[in-house]
Amino acid sequence: MEKQTKQQIAFWIFRIFAWCVVALLLGILYFIFSRGWRTISWEFLTSIPEDGMTKGGIYPAIIGTLCLVGGSMIFAFPIGLLAGIYINEYAKDNWFKRFIKLMTNNLAGIPSIVFGLFGMALFVKKLNFGDSILAGSLTLGLLALPVVIRVTEEALLAVENSFRQGSLALGATKLQTIRKVVLPIATPNIITGLILAIGRVSGETAPILFTVAAYFLPQLPTSVFDQVMALPYHLYVISTSGTNITASRDMAYGTALVLVMIVLLLNLLANALRRYFSNRVKMN
Amino acid sequence: MKRAYRQFTERFIEGLLALSGTVTSLTVLLIVVFLFNEGLSLFGTSPLENKTALVVNESNPVQKLSAVSIKDIFDQKITNWKEVGGKDEDILIITVNDIGNYYSEEQIGAEFEHLPDCFSRLVDSLPNALAVINESYRTSYFKGHTIDVNKNNLPDFLSGKEWFPTAEPAVQLGVLPLILGTLMVSLLAILLALPIGLATAIYMAEIADERIRKVLKPVIELLAGIPSVVYGFFGLITIVPFIHDVFDLPVGETALAGSLVLAIMALPTIITVSEDAIRNTPRSMREASLALGANKWQTIQKVVLPYSMSGISAAAILGIGRAIGETMAVLMVTGNAAVMPKSILQPVRTIPATIAAELGEAPNGGVHYKALFALGCILFIITLIINIWVERISAKRKFKK
Repeated sequence: MEKQTKQQIAFWIFRIFAWCVVALLLGILYFIFSRGWRTISWEFLTSIPEDGMTKGGIYPAIIGTLCLVGGSMIFAFPIGLLAGIYINEYAKDNWFKRFIKLMTNNLAGIPSIVFGLFGMALFVKKLNFGDSILAGSLTLGLLALPVVIRVTEEALLAVENSFRQGSLALGATKLQTIRKVVLPIATPNIITGLILAIGRVSGETAPILFTVAAYFLPQLPTSVFDQVMALPYHLYVISTSGTNITASRDMAYGTALVLVMIVLLLNLLANALRRYFSNRVKMN
Repeated sequence: MKRAYRQFTERFIEGLLALSGTVTSLTVLLIVVFLFNEGLSLFGTSPLENKTALVVNESNPVQKLSAVSIKDIFDQKITNWKEVGGKDEDILIITVNDIGNYYSEEQIGAEFEHLPDCFSRLVDSLPNALAVINESYRTSYFKGHTIDVNKNNLPDFLSGKEWFPTAEPAVQLGVLPLILGTLMVSLLAILLALPIGLATAIYMAEIADERIRKVLKPVIELLAGIPSVVYGFFGLITIVPFIHDVFDLPVGETALAGSLVLAIMALPTIITVSEDAIRNTPRSMREASLALGANKWQTIQKVVLPYSMSGISAAAILGIGRAIGETMAVLMVTGNAAVMPKSILQPVRTIPATIAAELGEAPNGGVHYKALFALGCILFIITLIINIWVERISAKRKFKK
């Protein structure tokens, strides 16, 4: 009976650890929600910061983040998607495929601050874009690229080979097979993956520090060569180096909550889509 | 005709796809080129900026000084020429600000036009002088000589203990405190996160029923998605004051605060990767163990964990890699003091935090700017090694299967 007791003790330890982790994580969420909730209002979301960023809202930062997310995805979606299709469907198992996969993995592991350095050296200085939406979007796009590739690859890998063989046996070409058979099956997984990639990009701070982010800019951008404020950078600024850190605490809680909400909503959306699509597949 | 068109399209699209795949690889190469191009150009430049030169009297035997000893002289830690290989004389520092003590305003000139003459005469008359001048102040009749300053070089860069990229007259570029700070914060974070994360992973993979797992999994995924700046903010508001109060410290922004925040951030990665590894243990191995009369815990302990050890170590290494590269959260809670770390209750500064905090102020193309890119190179190399390491571990696992 002794070994059963040991098992009981061990399992309870694991159980306690696991629930501590969950409690910790939920605690963080609760902390941000409970304090940020008071600040969030329609006005907070739609007005510009005032009084040294201690009052007003975060409208320019929201718009800035939207611009950056949009810009980076315009760049990363198509290239990442095509590269993913190439790696999984076309590339033969030779040195070139291994090389691309190795590079993609390495790109995924590079710290975001290094992307920031590179973006500054190439886009801001060398190509002379200046601190601009263009430079920031390209930098963030590069960061999202390996994520998009991996998502596409995994989605395609999950498509069973019998589908491909069936289509090819009916006389379809490789391209037709991919377009009409493989991609439609893989689309749900690709979409959910891409939604999570958007979540990641919207919260990145380090890559935009030197490529686009403005400390305080109470106007909206008019071209891709303008600087913008961005939500994560705004939170960093008002919580560490604003003109009056204690007075802008409420603004900081509100901004943090908006960032968390973005991630939360994107996650819920991805999960809902996953469920919706998987139900549909079952019904067919 | 139609067939030819179709074939052409197929080829074209295949080419386009291959091109997209190549872009990723090119990006990595471009990053390497730009990073190292700027970073390596640091070496060979002088630590003296803005055409500054150090001159001494002709009788002074000292020909060469290192950046560190220059700083010590100006900090008055070194006050005698003997300590840097000269004669037994006190070092007399003369800068533009001091020149008024030796010459009247008329002698210097209203527009400072006689400044070079003043410096030349003064240094020629004082055998123990060390003057900081602009290179252009050297006159033709000046008898003394310019001190040779060691150029910035890799061994000094890596082993230097002082990071003072804006020091006058010679910048101090020693990254040892930054490297040690980064390693200390990251390793401590993983030491904290690994046991907790592993326990959670075992619970999720082996003990919890499917329903509980379905609740836990999305929560952990959500936490992996929360931006690091939010974690930094959370740490700044809760963990930093907590450490300040508990340990009764002058500031709560310490290495420990950084490690705690990083540990929380590393949990989702560690849990997800090690849970996958544990789940991948073949059913037959478990069944064999259970059939021999072992209970579930014995099976986990003696069969599942040893089998998934490589996956778990991959999780740990991956976690360290993430922690080393993490910028914003660390920047916000570690206090950013660029000193040799002595205890976890002191402020430290990591490599990414240094880049993030200083690049905005470093003049483009200057020594400081290049030094920050060199830091980026170090960071890149560290994470590359970690990536390759993880890759090798998972390649071995595939082979084992």
